[in-house]
Amino acid sequence: MDAFLLQLAAGIATGGIYASVALAIVMIYQATHHVNFAQGEMATLSTFIALTFIQAGFPYWVAFGATLAVSFVMGALVERLIMRPVQHAPILTHVGVYIGMLLIIGNLTGWVFGYTTKVFPSPFEGGGPMLGGLLSAHQLGSVGVTLGVLVLVYLFFTKTSLGLAMRAAAYNPRSARLVGIRVDVMLALGWGLAAAIGSVAGMMVAPIVFLDPNMMLGILLYAFAGALLGGIDNPPGAVAGGFLVGVLENLAGAYIVGTELKLSVALVIIIGVLVLKPSGLFGRVVFSRV
Amino acid sequence: MSAIQETPGLAAAAPRASVARRGAWLALGLAVALAPLWLLESFHLFQLTMAVIMSLAVLGLNIVTGYNGQISLGHGAFFAIGAYVTAILMAQADWSFYATLPFAAAICGMVGYAVGLPALRLGGLYLALVTFSLAVAVPQLLKHRALEGWTGGVQGLFLMKPEPPAWLTARVAITPDQFMYLLALVVAALCYLLAWNLIRGRIGRALMATRDHPTAAEAMGMDIAALKTRAFAVSAMITGVAGALSAAAVEFVAPDSFTFLLSISLFVGMVVGGVASILGSVFGGLFVLFVPNIAESISRAAPGVIYGIILIVFLFVLPDGVAGLVRRVLARLGGRAP
Repeated sequence: MDAFLLQLAAGIATGGIYASVALAIVMIYQATHHVNFAQGEMATLSTFIALTFIQAGFPYWVAFGATLAVSFVMGALVERLIMRPVQHAPILTHVGVYIGMLLIIGNLTGWVFGYTTKVFPSPFEGGGPMLGGLLSAHQLGSVGVTLGVLVLVYLFFTKTSLGLAMRAAAYNPRSARLVGIRVDVMLALGWGLAAAIGSVAGMMVAPIVFLDPNMMLGILLYAFAGALLGGIDNPPGAVAGGFLVGVLENLAGAYIVGTELKLSVALVIIIGVLVLKPSGLFGRVVFSRV
Repeated sequence: MSAIQETPGLAAAAPRASVARRGAWLALGLAVALAPLWLLESFHLFQLTMAVIMSLAVLGLNIVTGYNGQISLGHGAFFAIGAYVTAILMAQADWSFYATLPFAAAICGMVGYAVGLPALRLGGLYLALVTFSLAVAVPQLLKHRALEGWTGGVQGLFLMKPEPPAWLTARVAITPDQFMYLLALVVAALCYLLAWNLIRGRIGRALMATRDHPTAAEAMGMDIAALKTRAFAVSAMITGVAGALSAAAVEFVAPDSFTFLLSISLFVGMVVGGVASILGSVFGGLFVLFVPNIAESISRAAPGVIYGIILIVFLFVLPDGVAGLVRRVLARLGGRAP
């Protein structure tokens, strides 16, 4: 039973990471109705930038804030420079551009920062195991950060007029434009926010799995699974889905399929959700008339 | 994604000239395809063999993604299955390569059909997502302990490339490398012929109609579900045959040869060569094989970066790929408006 609780706790901790990447994916989806395949690579790049700040001698939380700002600008720039010209292109073009960005950003990161795995500091060092030895301080802290980001995102979307404008721009661009919302600015803002959230995920995951340019590939897959499981148009749902995927992955890895097949768990979840309940557990069912 | 341009007037007005021209093109193509047999050293010939194989794999992807509009980022999985079927049958059961080929094709076709079934319910982006995760998961599946008895686990499997048959060696001096190139060329040519016949006929038009306007296609009586799943099956079959050939040419299969980068390269090759273009698949194969080799001399990361940049540049500037460019240049030279 103790082993089971330990697996459960570990699942919740990794689930927190999936949840924050899933949140970033859902943010892009909210703003553009697309899924960004390069999300993981963008987050890894942000994490390397954070490491550079820290190594330059900045205190952790200053580096954290600076990384958020840099990532936000990076996301907005990607939207402006790369996504804008193909805005109305067919979906194959979008997928191609995402794949292209994944290749460019991922390999540039390796080129600039090297392929050796690096240790990334955690802001929650010390304190030892918490909750009866189930979670390390960092795991508990990263779950807290994920939930904090979720609350902020939720408040932003529901309580601020900017959040309302962003939702309107994604939901119905034409009407939004008619009431004076600058839809293209909202798109860039959405991309920037998603990149910033992704960078938080990167900085939280790096102390656990160590930092290297391919850190995010597997995580991205679980995050997709989490986002789909919770409902791709529902931020709290995506977070719940991320946690659920983390727990499922750990339990399945420990008791059913063994650790070598963990990635396939994500594949099974993705296919299962899309085939059985495409709207996810908490998503809105969308009907389209032909 | 425009429809294929045809010039029926030309063929109708001057059938004799058209036949002569076609014959000339065919002879030229044959000469270009066969010349390397004598011109290239064995390593470069091997590379060219791989390029032929890759272009076959890109052709498979083009059928389902280019012509039928179902975006697959996971065709490396079918390539891997084809390679492993051949390798397992040859290494574990002592089959001859020729006997494994139809087997690999059949199994890949069936797997493709099975993947096509859930794909029916998934629109563009979601299908890309699922196939992307399939591509990422493939090496793990191949390494799995339950399959280790067959697949050889992480170590992979060794096999021998098919020997040139006695009736051929009795008449001409031919090395195994040259024979492998010839074999790949013949199999690829057959598959290209099959694909070309499929695409230019009724089924091809139905595939494209399904891609461009599913509702209208359905209203005109096309069975969308059957078309899409069968397109997936044919596509997987062709890519699987390419995988089987690659196993024989490389004489080795291992899980880490089939990472998600393989699937991505096939996708990039398709876009660069030309989406929904048979000729484009040839360019795509050449691109997939030779560009990373050239780029690798710069840096380990360079192939990825260059791939990505070329992919995005092509999508922005030349969405119909090299094949589209060639078509336009030829039309310009022939004095016709593109």
